Amino acid sequence: MKQLSAPADHRAYLPAVEPERQVTDWGRSERVEGVMDRTVYDFLYHYWFRVEAEGIEHVPSSGGALLVSNHAGALPPDAAMIAKAIKEEHSRPRPLHMTVEHFFKGYPWLSMLVPKVGGVPAHPANVHRLLYDEEQLVLVFPEGAKGTEKLYKDRYRLRRFGRGGFVEAAMRAKAPIVPIAVVGAEEAQPIFAHLPLRRLTGLLYAPLAPLVYLPAKFFIRFLEPIPTDVYGEEPWLDAGLVQTVAEDVRARIQEELYEMLARRRSAWLG
Amino acid sequence: MKRVLITGLSSYWGCRLAQELEKDPAIETIIGVSPDDPTMALERTEFVRVGTHHGLLRRIVQAAEIDTVVDTRLVVDSRGASGREAHEQNVIGTMNVLAACGGPDSPVRKVVFKSSAHYYGCERDDPSFFTEEMRRPHPPRTRLESDIVEADDAVRGFAERNPGVTVTTLRFCNGLGPDLRTSHTALLSLPVVPGILGFDPRYQFIHEDDIVGALRHAVVSDLPGIYNAAPDGVLILSEVASLLGKPYLPLLPPWGTSLASTALGLARLRIPEEVRRQLRYGRGLDNRRLKQAGYRFQLTSRETVQAFAEVLRLAPLRASAGAPYRYEREVEEFLRWSPSVRRRGES
Repeated sequence: MKQLSAPADHRAYLPAVEPERQVTDWGRSERVEGVMDRTVYDFLYHYWFRVEAEGIEHVPSSGGALLVSNHAGALPPDAAMIAKAIKEEHSRPRPLHMTVEHFFKGYPWLSMLVPKVGGVPAHPANVHRLLYDEEQLVLVFPEGAKGTEKLYKDRYRLRRFGRGGFVEAAMRAKAPIVPIAVVGAEEAQPIFAHLPLRRLTGLLYAPLAPLVYLPAKFFIRFLEPIPTDVYGEEPWLDAGLVQTVAEDVRARIQEELYEMLARRRSAWLG
Repeated sequence: MKRVLITGLSSYWGCRLAQELEKDPAIETIIGVSPDDPTMALERTEFVRVGTHHGLLRRIVQAAEIDTVVDTRLVVDSRGASGREAHEQNVIGTMNVLAACGGPDSPVRKVVFKSSAHYYGCERDDPSFFTEEMRRPHPPRTRLESDIVEADDAVRGFAERNPGVTVTTLRFCNGLGPDLRTSHTALLSLPVVPGILGFDPRYQFIHEDDIVGALRHAVVSDLPGIYNAAPDGVLILSEVASLLGKPYLPLLPPWGTSLASTALGLARLRIPEEVRRQLRYGRGLDNRRLKQAGYRFQLTSRETVQAFAEVLRLAPLRASAGAPYRYEREVEEFLRWSPSVRRRGES
């Protein structure tokens, strides 16, 4: 009612970690994640997509940070590859929490799997708790489903960045924003058309797309962090500033994508 | 010195809290009201057989100069009571108890209300951790939930109208313990832990001793406002099953769940709607406000489930040892009040 975010001193009262448990309070399972990492992610990262990551040093090794990326593919492989890149390349790897649509909590089987491998429902309170209270890395895709459902002909053209909610979340948590440009996900699972099966299946969308990932070459570039604690007290109340910062992040990623695409000779070989 | 009135003394919580408060010499008087007999041995608690008639309650409050009222009546499980009984208790009962506490000449300085995390409901677009300021994103889906929301809101309204009274609302997550009988203890006592196919919901369980402990904490220290009472640690249901040493068996299909649970109801396995919603979406509460207010939980969610697993393992042995000791109220009352009984210290 009066205030929405927990006061600072509540951080001291976070639950202690119980070492016997293999599951975190978010429902993330060390065991399931480990199995996925050693099999699927390892194969995709090293052999299928042959990921090349640059600028990994821009991911802070301590404190909360909000990672913001472009989003593509019917069943997007970009989130898992960004998490794997941090695990493989970073000098001090940290778990990455990926925000996902509420849809994933309501759909059978996906609701079991997604939280176990690091998915967190994209609720502002969740992002704030992770960024501010727990000082974790959080990955958001501000394009949301608009990014993943876009057709192959619209590839690498960023959709609208929501309503700038991610900027507000970062400002409230005083966490830097790390923009990420990902090239390759658009070719890995291109969507050619949408089938009118949405109502029947209850899915977010029913795309006409390859059933398996195509072996596109991935480039992931982590860009310089944008601080959010330089705008004075409670900057999120200024809707114009929030929109400006959101637009700035979007423009940086878009520019970087064009630059990376200009240098790429082949979608498959790089 | 405190003078405490407990409503719903016949409920498990009322009795347990009275037992706990009896140990505290700083509490001068404990009066319990309830339409039914208390179910446990009580020493110095005075029992008055009365429902929630506000006129009668107010006379008791005035005459005994009660300064603290603890309301433990809330029905949080549609297993024990029918929809109408629950509505009567939760909405009408709460209204009456608050009416008895209010008024310009009321001696009441503190009201402690036992509420439930059902206030927040279970939805697809919930946050992973509810804090006290959050409201449910959608209107209540079940009768029980809407009654609980109404009762909780009535208490909030009472607090706003009576700034001189310290009003504490404790919203408890699912309780678990040897003496507790709820839909969840019934489900977890089955040979398998049932669930909904394709879902593995998040759960918190608070031990019955922690529920009593939190209520007692609210009586002895001043906690104005709303507090979530849920211990550290949010488990997932498959983790609960493995802690209990049982397989996790998704008995209910993801679609047509209510139909399937009606069919299970014919096989005498009742899964009420609010439980089905929890089995699908789960719920987590942020407990930091209560911890900051000085309450130390004795057990985490995980330890609570482990303690419950031990109870379940012992249950067949206990059952074969014959009927347990039953409290004989008449005998106790004779021993306490009869002039024929010679008391120590008296000539």
